Amino acid sequence: MARVDVLMPQMGESIAEGTLSKWLKKVGDPVKRDEPLFEISTDKVDAEIPAPAAGVLAEIKVQEGQTVPVQTLVAVLETDASAAATKPAAAAPAPAPAAPKPAPAPAPPPKPEPQPASPPARQPASQPVAVKSGDGDGGGVQTAEQRLRTKSTPLVRKIAAEHSVDISRIPGSGYAGRVTKQDILGYIERAPAATPASRAPLTAPSGAVAHPAVEPWPGDRVEPWSKIRKITADHMVMSKRVSAHVASFFEVDFTRVAHLRAKAKQSYAERGVSLTFLAFIAKACAENLRKHPVVNAAVSGDSTIYRADVNIGIAVALDWGLIVPVIKHADELSLIGIARAINDLGERARTKKLSPDDIQRGTFTITNPGGFGPFAGIPIINQPQVAILGVGAIEKRPRVVTTSDGSESIAIRTMGMLTMSYDHRVVDGADADKFLADVKKLLQEFPEGAV
Amino acid sequence: MAEVTFLEALRQGLWEEMERDERVFILGEDVGLYGGAFKVTDGFSKRFGESRVIDTPISEAAIVGAAAGAAHMGLRPVAEMQFIDFISCAYDMLTNYVATARYRAGLGTPMVVRGPCGGYVRGGPFHSQNPEAAFLHTPGLKIVYPATVRDAKGLIKASIRDEDPVLYLEHKWLYRRIKEQLPEGEEILTPIGQARLAREGKDLSIITYGATLWKSLEAADQLAQQDGVSVEVLDLRTLLPMDDAAIVSTVKKTNKALIVHEDTRTGGIAGEIAARINEQAFEWLDGPIMRVTAHDVPIPYAPTLEDFVLPQTDDIVKAARWLAKY
Repeated sequence: MARVDVLMPQMGESIAEGTLSKWLKKVGDPVKRDEPLFEISTDKVDAEIPAPAAGVLAEIKVQEGQTVPVQTLVAVLETDASAAATKPAAAAPAPAPAAPKPAPAPAPPPKPEPQPASPPARQPASQPVAVKSGDGDGGGVQTAEQRLRTKSTPLVRKIAAEHSVDISRIPGSGYAGRVTKQDILGYIERAPAATPASRAPLTAPSGAVAHPAVEPWPGDRVEPWSKIRKITADHMVMSKRVSAHVASFFEVDFTRVAHLRAKAKQSYAERGVSLTFLAFIAKACAENLRKHPVVNAAVSGDSTIYRADVNIGIAVALDWGLIVPVIKHADELSLIGIARAINDLGERARTKKLSPDDIQRGTFTITNPGGFGPFAGIPIINQPQVAILGVGAIEKRPRVVTTSDGSESIAIRTMGMLTMSYDHRVVDGADADKFLADVKKLLQEFPEGAV
Repeated sequence: MAEVTFLEALRQGLWEEMERDERVFILGEDVGLYGGAFKVTDGFSKRFGESRVIDTPISEAAIVGAAAGAAHMGLRPVAEMQFIDFISCAYDMLTNYVATARYRAGLGTPMVVRGPCGGYVRGGPFHSQNPEAAFLHTPGLKIVYPATVRDAKGLIKASIRDEDPVLYLEHKWLYRRIKEQLPEGEEILTPIGQARLAREGKDLSIITYGATLWKSLEAADQLAQQDGVSVEVLDLRTLLPMDDAAIVSTVKKTNKALIVHEDTRTGGIAGEIAARINEQAFEWLDGPIMRVTAHDVPIPYAPTLEDFVLPQTDDIVKAARWLAKY
């Protein structure tokens, strides 16, 4: 008969709130312990949240699309199934439970009652339309669209569209937490300075970016951005605007790495780890980032932050977007440790099991589109870092080699391009190229004992 | 400058037009010798003679019909309904005949039908009505509904000079209750079709006309003092054709609209105004369009019941307060 509260989890340390993007269970559904209960979406990541106990989902307190602070009561599980079955579904779109400002209860409008069509005429005053629950949503679960409709007025949505503001981020002071004109105008006024700083101190400011509107042609399909697409889009534009991007290209002879990899692959596989070229490259970077601290840094205002840790982000392309989980303390990991971390993060990214912590505190990023076959590419820096390494296709190419007796010949070698975009505000060409030269050297002379 | 009442201003307007243009004449029940039930035409018979101030039988259909015929023949009749409630007896004449004449037969019908309307005076169901909604739906008519002393004069003069049939609705609660200094010797003409901003504000707009203008202004004062809410008040003055530009402009400014009228709710003009705001200013709305109106019942005779049924200042304050917080 016990009731177990389900709270909005404290995912990352800089995460103050989360958006409940989807309920995976309905009120009345039985759930097993650790069975996915709902999905959340934060600034950083989408994740499935498992049930803390087995039981029946008795009450849903936070509707889809609602953004609430961490530790907010999201749902209640009833561990005794019979108790929950008789309970009416908690359908009312209650004011956001722990919103910063408690929303005042919507007082019914005074005397001029909108006359109901049917004659229960004794009704003193009918509720204003906007606080009625959605049209026949029997289960009481609002869709994001319904939630949005109850949270804002036409004017507020127009202003939001004009300023590329996400209404769900604005605390509403109107009835039922509705975002009012004053709320959104105040938010826009404060946004450039206060908002990013107070929300996510460990990430770069990701101020709203205006993406110009384009008229679709007949037959075109217009798809509004998902949250991850929107964040990526804003972040990329912001990065190009903020950093002075420069790129260096180093061609690396991977013949030795290919040889070592072929030799160790089987034994790694037996330990459940897939050994990839990327693991060698990440290892080579990890070894050299501490020697070249300016590449393992961030820009903050008119200062450079030299990071104490070496945390390497690995970009993972997903069907629904791009995400960059981070290998923490990569410089303290062996090759197999790095390889295992890459496997693990990639797998969890694909299954939406990443926690917000997994994608924070990167100090350097590697993106590896090489598998798709590009010779080289120029990546965009992952703010507020100052450098990102792009890996081109690794393939056999003819190459001039000099043998120990000084004679030269053309040989078949396994070659690949490494490209690094860096922020010339703090990283000069010499810094970048010295770092890349060291990475190249380590890859070409990779010690067999380290595999 | 002389301080005049609403009724006196109306009387002045009629008088001046009759002095100015001998085609103008008055017809109605007891308008001549008796000077009208509310004394609007007191002394007119003596000054202009029985041929221009005509006492008629008790038949609104005959009054309006006679006026229409006279208008076709080149005169400028002003027909009085002793109480506007009885205009329903002339509904057929006005809607089927007068309103369509120009479109049917090319016959202009420059005439005014005027009469005392409205409640708050313990008049009961036969002497308190507001018939504007019944005629708003009739293309070919114009409807004016002055709320101020100046407009009482300015609109009766403009109505008499208009080339089309105009219903001039005069609220009997305003007759002797409001006074205003009017300049002597200045010709006052209020253009038909133009609303007037009666009070500037920024938080929400009250759109109203007639007696409820004064209750809305009172409510706006209370809201400013008690809540710090700044209310803008728009006096429509003309109901047909409606001044869309003024309505849209105030809604775009304050983003919230409260429509107040004394007429009953269902099928009342507030519905039409709300629809226009939706069509023309939807994306400027920061709250639902709200209405304060009379309840959907005939106006009761008992004072307590009349007070309950008709919109009062307090009702407007409550609705505006709710909308302001929305």
